[in-house]
Amino acid sequence: MPLNSRHLLGLQGVSKEDIQLILDTAHTFREILDRPIKKVPTLQGKTIVNLFYESSTRTRISFELAEKRLSADTVNFSISGSSVSKGETFKDTMQNIEAMKVDMVVARHGAAGVPLFLTNICDANIINAGDGIHEHPTQALLDMYSIRQKLGKLEGLKVCIVGDVAHSRVALSNIYGLLTMGVKVSVCGPSTMIPRYIEELGVDVIHNIDEAIQENDVLNVLRIQLERKAKEYFPSIREYAKYFGITQERLDKNGKDILLLHPGPINRGVELSSEVADGSNQIILYQVTNGVAVRMAVLYLLGTLN
Amino acid sequence: MRIKSKPVDQQGLERIVTRISHEILEKNKGSKNLAIIGMRTRGEFLANRIAEKIKEIDNAELPLGVLDATLYRDDFRTRLKQPEISVSNITFDLNEKDIILVDDVLYTGRTVRSALNALMDMGRPASIQLCILVDRGHRELPIRADYVGKNIPTSQNEEIKVKMNEVDGEDAIYLIEVNNE
Repeated sequence: MPLNSRHLLGLQGVSKEDIQLILDTAHTFREILDRPIKKVPTLQGKTIVNLFYESSTRTRISFELAEKRLSADTVNFSISGSSVSKGETFKDTMQNIEAMKVDMVVARHGAAGVPLFLTNICDANIINAGDGIHEHPTQALLDMYSIRQKLGKLEGLKVCIVGDVAHSRVALSNIYGLLTMGVKVSVCGPSTMIPRYIEELGVDVIHNIDEAIQENDVLNVLRIQLERKAKEYFPSIREYAKYFGITQERLDKNGKDILLLHPGPINRGVELSSEVADGSNQIILYQVTNGVAVRMAVLYLLGTLN
Repeated sequence: MRIKSKPVDQQGLERIVTRISHEILEKNKGSKNLAIIGMRTRGEFLANRIAEKIKEIDNAELPLGVLDATLYRDDFRTRLKQPEISVSNITFDLNEKDIILVDDVLYTGRTVRSALNALMDMGRPASIQLCILVDRGHRELPIRADYVGKNIPTSQNEEIKVKMNEVDGEDAIYLIEVNNE
């Protein structure tokens, strides 16, 4: 059974069956990552361009490894060192790259909607690797896969997304995906970072972090995006850490075994204390490992569609 | 689609498993270095049965694995349907083992080719021997089986259906005619 779309632009509107298929397929690829030779010939002859208009460590390396482990040919594009600095428009750049015959494009851009725009100007399969404050579907898929592996299921669980929900594409993709999979989703953060009307998506809003820890099975803790002027939304980093930062003391106080996710990179001492970031509740590096398998699954399912 | 004959019934299948198990032990002079890997789906159950039989005969517990070689297929660009993939489950070390690769039907040889590539990526076995329930001919690659349950010559518009109790509720091999429109 193939996916219903030839692109992955976001998780909004993606069916439960499709998410299930991606997660199940990822499980197959997870096994390959434990082999001595971590490579299968499945996407041999396919060319994939990684179009990164924004900086990235994890997502970019993760996608590149996933592509290489499926034996695809990969090309990396980043703005520094490209003709973008000579004033070439995005559309021209993209059409020139496509003229060199590429099959798939993995795109990250600071502007929401760029992957959608790409589907209009080229024939390749498009995968969104993060577009502005819109969506980051593969991150949400790897979060869901990690939760499912650790807790054995998704349906019926309670997951709270903590932090700068308003500026987080990880949050939005998680909300869409988790709700589709039958998870009870809530968000927690200072009211300046919780978008108005977010309840209309079907999520609860909690403003007290202790309450969020007590009432949920999983916390997905977002990074405070200092580079996106996050500091303007609360008086000081110290105050944020005091009221919303997760510390071991706070976890112990609420006496509950909770699963902690974080999409990285961590601001140690802000959203997570260093002790918690290295502690027994978090599965941060487990998420990173699973990320490669999940991206292999997405590349496989889109790249072998005829 | 029409059933033409039933060349092997439940008793026949049992005898085949018994004979092949003996052949494997004879050729390898015992079961010391052996490991069995079945190919999804029916090869897996066949592998289980051979392992059980060998345990009965030789009182040895052989390492048992399941292989899904879909990702190594050569028809991704030409197929209309996307093949479903499932997990391989091989928990032992393949290095220096004598591997018995088990599948139900040997036809073009392309599945076996992909399985060989997959196994090579997981380690370096001392040898790989191919055990097949039915050889129906029409090879497209230079591949042959070391242990054959039954040779059933077929034409291109015939098919072999292997039924196994674990998934189909009966043990039998059917020769089926498919109408090529």
